[in-house]
Amino acid sequence: MSTTVTSAAAEFARRQQSPVQRVQHQLHARPWLSPLFLLFVAFVVFFIATPTFLTANSMGILLQQTAVVATLAVGQTLVILTAGIDLSVGAIMVLTMMVMASLARDGGMPGLLALLIGFLLALAAGALNGFLVTRINLPPFIVTLGTLSVYTAIALLYSGGESIQASHLPGLLNVLGDGFAIGGFRLTWGIVVMVIIYAVVGYALSQTAWGRYVYAVGDDPESARLSGVPSKRILLAVYTVAGLIYAIAAWELIGRAGAATPNAVPDANLQSITAVVIGGTSLFGGRGVLIGTLLGALIVQTLQFGLSQMGVDQQWRVLATGFLIIVAVAADQWIRKVKA
Amino acid sequence: MTTRDLEVAHGGIPVGKEGIYSQQPILSARKLVITFGRVVGLDGVDLDLYPGEILAVIGDNGAGKSTLIKCLTGAYIPDSGEILMNGQPVHFRKPQDARMAGIETVYQQLAVVPALDIASNLYLAREERRKGPLGSVFRMLDKKGMERRAGQAVQRLGIQTIQNMGQAVETLSGGQRQAVAVARAAAFGSKIVVLDEPTAALGVKESGMVLEMIKQLRDGGLSIILISHNMPHVWEVADRIHIQRLGALAGVITPQSHDMGEGVAIMTGAKRLAPSA
Repeated sequence: MSTTVTSAAAEFARRQQSPVQRVQHQLHARPWLSPLFLLFVAFVVFFIATPTFLTANSMGILLQQTAVVATLAVGQTLVILTAGIDLSVGAIMVLTMMVMASLARDGGMPGLLALLIGFLLALAAGALNGFLVTRINLPPFIVTLGTLSVYTAIALLYSGGESIQASHLPGLLNVLGDGFAIGGFRLTWGIVVMVIIYAVVGYALSQTAWGRYVYAVGDDPESARLSGVPSKRILLAVYTVAGLIYAIAAWELIGRAGAATPNAVPDANLQSITAVVIGGTSLFGGRGVLIGTLLGALIVQTLQFGLSQMGVDQQWRVLATGFLIIVAVAADQWIRKVKA
Repeated sequence: MTTRDLEVAHGGIPVGKEGIYSQQPILSARKLVITFGRVVGLDGVDLDLYPGEILAVIGDNGAGKSTLIKCLTGAYIPDSGEILMNGQPVHFRKPQDARMAGIETVYQQLAVVPALDIASNLYLAREERRKGPLGSVFRMLDKKGMERRAGQAVQRLGIQTIQNMGQAVETLSGGQRQAVAVARAAAFGSKIVVLDEPTAALGVKESGMVLEMIKQLRDGGLSIILISHNMPHVWEVADRIHIQRLGALAGVITPQSHDMGEGVAIMTGAKRLAPSA
């Protein structure tokens, strides 16, 4: 009996796949392929359309503009991989930024201490999200919608709505805006930190048991639990680690913006979610790779940057981004229907 | 208890020095009770599983089959009663505890993670790390090693339809997924394998394959608890049959002592097994 099954299975495996099926299969096996292709297309289009696009100077600026959102999107990717969503991304970043800056300027704290307290605060803010999701069993959307308002309000109350200029801050807090040049290509420390975060979290996701649990919890929480995966601990860890990553983004933002401003990056939530989704990570959880998120963040910034260099109006750029999101999610749905 | 009662409890098999059921059960439950609010899930259930046997658990919907199994495997914590392994009381707080004690479970909903590949599923929650500092400091998984050993485990069970351990489970057929789940349960030095409706969603051919696998596991020395609605499958592979009815034990029979019709009659309450006074 088993021999007939084998031969039938072998026959099935040898069957002809149509070219479309083969593409679908490849995209399913390598979720970073479609964002990479999209980025390539965008580069080619803008290279042809504007002479100033593909220069070392422009590329440096593009990376600097991408760094903060790309960093935030690492935390967002972790949360979305567990089939959650984090709407408090920007709020945690701004709250942390304002507390760090204010402690340093008004409290006269040394930069390192202000930075550490900021990190702890963001850890706590992320952990509170995780606690509400895992212990009170509220949906992540509701939890983070609530904490979005709470953290934003605290940031505004605490700072009095006032900006703090980088010139009033110790060097450590705005060091990530500094950098070095390779040829005409200027890299900031913020970009370096962003790349390090991608490397560390990417390693954790792909090479450790913790990473597998993140995928398992997002794909099928009941099966994961029955298999012995400590689902709640993993979820709590994901939200907490995400909080820490938002604090690092806050540090990058002070350097990048030259100030700590309570209404900086107002659409940080949507930008981070956009980067994750365009990067091929499924909003239903359990599927995606971190490098896709970096590509997704780059695609969004490339679109913004390239179109602005072409002199296209801001509204059209927003429209293009929205269109891109819908196409990306539709593509994800199609790719998920793949059969072996 | 008289000798006659004991024999009835053991499915009519003579109890004595020569009978295999004079051995100590590898797993026993005594007077298990669990309630969910006002609903009584288990109402004082006893169960014995002997080394190297297939014990089928049958019963109508809501008779407490799955609840009983979840208590034995740590997914539920009984309100009262005792679980013994080799005569020693054990207290499972979570599935991991039961697994550590050597009880592996294949749940009805399979408990495989579709997006992960076969090797990752086999090793889920017991991953192996690389040797040396890569593993101990950087916690790097030994992916190659796990994949190779997963392949060997699947081969030992005679599952020939699964070739590529790097294949995502969601691309497999129902029977193949079931095979992965069973392989996972049997692969790690477990003593007891619990199978919840392993053939429920399968066709005739695939059911046959899974039943063969179950017999192989038993012949390899494992003790097996098989929950099933499918009476022909139960009568084909079981050594003894534990019948649940209304949250309690209605009796234990064997495929030799009673035929399918009688079994179903006991299950539905049309017939009573225990010799009443």
